[in-house]
Amino acid sequence: MTFVSNIMIFNPPALQMTNLRKTYRGRVTALRGISLTVQEGDFFALLGPNGAGKSTAIGIISSLVLKTAGEIKIFGVDVDKEFSRAKSLIGVVPQEINFNQFETVNDIILNQAGYYGIDRPDAQKRAEKILKQTQLWDRRDEISRNLSGGMKRRLMISRALIHEPRLLILDEPTAGVDIEVRRSMWKFLTDLNKSGTTIILTTHYLEEAESLCRNIAIIDKGKIVENTSMQLLLRKLGAESFIFDCTSSISTLSKLGDHQIRKLDDHRFEVTVNQGENLNTVFEELSKSGIKIQSMRNKSNRLEELFLGLVAESA
Amino acid sequence: MQSLKKTQWIGLKTIIRKEITRFSRIWMQTLLPPAITMSLYFILFSTILGPRIGEMAGFDYIQFIAPGIIMMSVITNSYSNVVSSFFGAKFQRHIEEILVAPVSNEIILLGYIVGGVCRGIAIGFLVTLVALFFTDLSIHSYTVTFAVVLLTSTLFSLGGFLNAVFARSFDDISIVPTFILAPMTYLGGVFYSVDLLPSFWYQVSLFNPILYMVNAFRYGMLGHSDINVTYALLAIVTFVVLLTTICLDILKRGTGLRT
Repeated sequence: MTFVSNIMIFNPPALQMTNLRKTYRGRVTALRGISLTVQEGDFFALLGPNGAGKSTAIGIISSLVLKTAGEIKIFGVDVDKEFSRAKSLIGVVPQEINFNQFETVNDIILNQAGYYGIDRPDAQKRAEKILKQTQLWDRRDEISRNLSGGMKRRLMISRALIHEPRLLILDEPTAGVDIEVRRSMWKFLTDLNKSGTTIILTTHYLEEAESLCRNIAIIDKGKIVENTSMQLLLRKLGAESFIFDCTSSISTLSKLGDHQIRKLDDHRFEVTVNQGENLNTVFEELSKSGIKIQSMRNKSNRLEELFLGLVAESA
Repeated sequence: MQSLKKTQWIGLKTIIRKEITRFSRIWMQTLLPPAITMSLYFILFSTILGPRIGEMAGFDYIQFIAPGIIMMSVITNSYSNVVSSFFGAKFQRHIEEILVAPVSNEIILLGYIVGGVCRGIAIGFLVTLVALFFTDLSIHSYTVTFAVVLLTSTLFSLGGFLNAVFARSFDDISIVPTFILAPMTYLGGVFYSVDLLPSFWYQVSLFNPILYMVNAFRYGMLGHSDINVTYALLAIVTFVVLLTTICLDILKRGTGLRT
C-alpha cells in the first residue's frame, strides 16, 4: 500500500494466480485449480514433494508451460493480455542448468540483457555490477561449462537479475551446492529482498524456507494444502523435541519434573515439550541432580515435521 | 519503460549477433568444410571429367555447373545452420532464455532465419571465390542472382527451423538433410540440364523445388535456365510464405518448445 498526498493507493500483488489448471497431453493433471497471491516485497516459499506441481506452476508463470485454464497477473498485468510487459517484470532461475555451455559468462549475461531490450552499453554496465555482486566478475571470460556447480547457480541468478525484475522466482536455487555457497546465496537473496525485489522460492531444504521466507504455501498433488505465514505455520506444531548433551552420566535419571525423558546413551537424552509447556522445570531438575548441560539442540527441523504432516493429511 | 518496438529491435539484433558469432567461432566446422568439398567438385569437373563431357547448354561444363554448386552450398548451409543451432538450443535448454523474455515469436523466427541466411551467403561467397580459380564467372542479372540467393537461403533456413522444432534427437536433425535434401539437390539439375532427361524423368524433376532455385540462379549468372525464371521465383516466394506461416503458427502453439 502506498500513500500519495492524501490518496491511498493499493499496489497490486506481485503475483496473483487464480484457479490455475494444467493437464498435460498424457492426461496427467499437474495443477487442479490453484489460487495464490504473493504480495509485493514478500519472500515467499512454495513447498511440496516431488511431482506436486511446483515446477509446473513456475513454468506457467514464466510461460514455458502452457496453462489449461486460469489467470495470472504480475503486478496487476495480465499475462494473457500484455504478454511482453508481464514478462519484463519477472526473472526466473530454473531448477536445471539451462545456459549455453559453450558461451562465456559475459556473453550469457549480455545476450539475456538483449532479449529484454537492454542495449549493449547499458547491458555491459549492468553485467559488471551484477557479476561483481555474485562474485563472478573475475570469471566473466570463462566458458560457462568450466564453472563449478556453485558458480553455475550464481550465473543463473545473475542472468535472471540483469533486467532488474520486480519479481524473482527461484526453483530450487541451492540444489546440489555446498553449505558455504548456500549460505552466501541466502545472504545475497535476503539483501535483494530487502532492496525491494519480491522473491518466490521453491526448495527441498526446509531449513532454507524457514530461514528466508515470511510466507509459505504448500502444494501437493496439484492443490494448495496450506497457505499462511511462516510464523503461524510453525505455531501449529504441537510439540517439539530437544536433545541434551550432558557432561556427567545420566544413568540414574528417569524423569524430569512432568517431562518424560528418553535416554539415548549414558550422556545424552531427549525431551519432548508440548505446546504451552516450557523447559524451566527440566533445567531445575537437572540442577538439583547436579547434572551439567554441555549443549542442547532441536531434534529435527520443525518445518519438516509440519510439512510431512500436511502432505500426509492430503494423501 | 522503453517502447515495445525498441525492445524487439534490440532482441532481434541480439539473436542475429549470437547466431553469427556462433558459426564464426566454429569456422572449422561451419565455413571450411563446404569450401573444401566444393573445391574438390571443381577440381574433379574442371580438370578430369569436365573436358571429356564437353559443353552443356552452350557453356563449358565447369561453367555450367558452377552456379549449381554455389547454390547447393547455400542450400545445405542455411538449412544446417538453423537446424543445428535451434536444436542445440532446445537440447541444452538455453532456448528458454529467449522464451521467458519479452521477445515476440516473429522476432525469434526472424533472428534465426537471418542467422541461417548470413551463413548461406557467407558460404556462397566463399564457394564463388573458389570457383573463380577454376572458371570465369560473370553475373547476367544482379537482381535475379541476389533475389534467388536471399529467397533460397531464407526458404531453407525456415526448413531447418521446422526440422529443429520437431526433432527430439540428433538423429532427427540428420534424417532430412541426408535422405531428403541431398537427393533432391543432386537430382535438382546441379550437374546436368533437365532437357537431357527422358520425358518421364523430366516431368518428375518438375516436382523438385530445388530444380527451380538452381535454374533461377544459373539464369542470374549465365543467362540460361531450363525453367521459366518468373515461375521459379514465384514458386520460391510461395514456399517462403507458406513455411513462414507454418513456423509462426507452430511458435504460437508452442509445439516442441512449451509443454
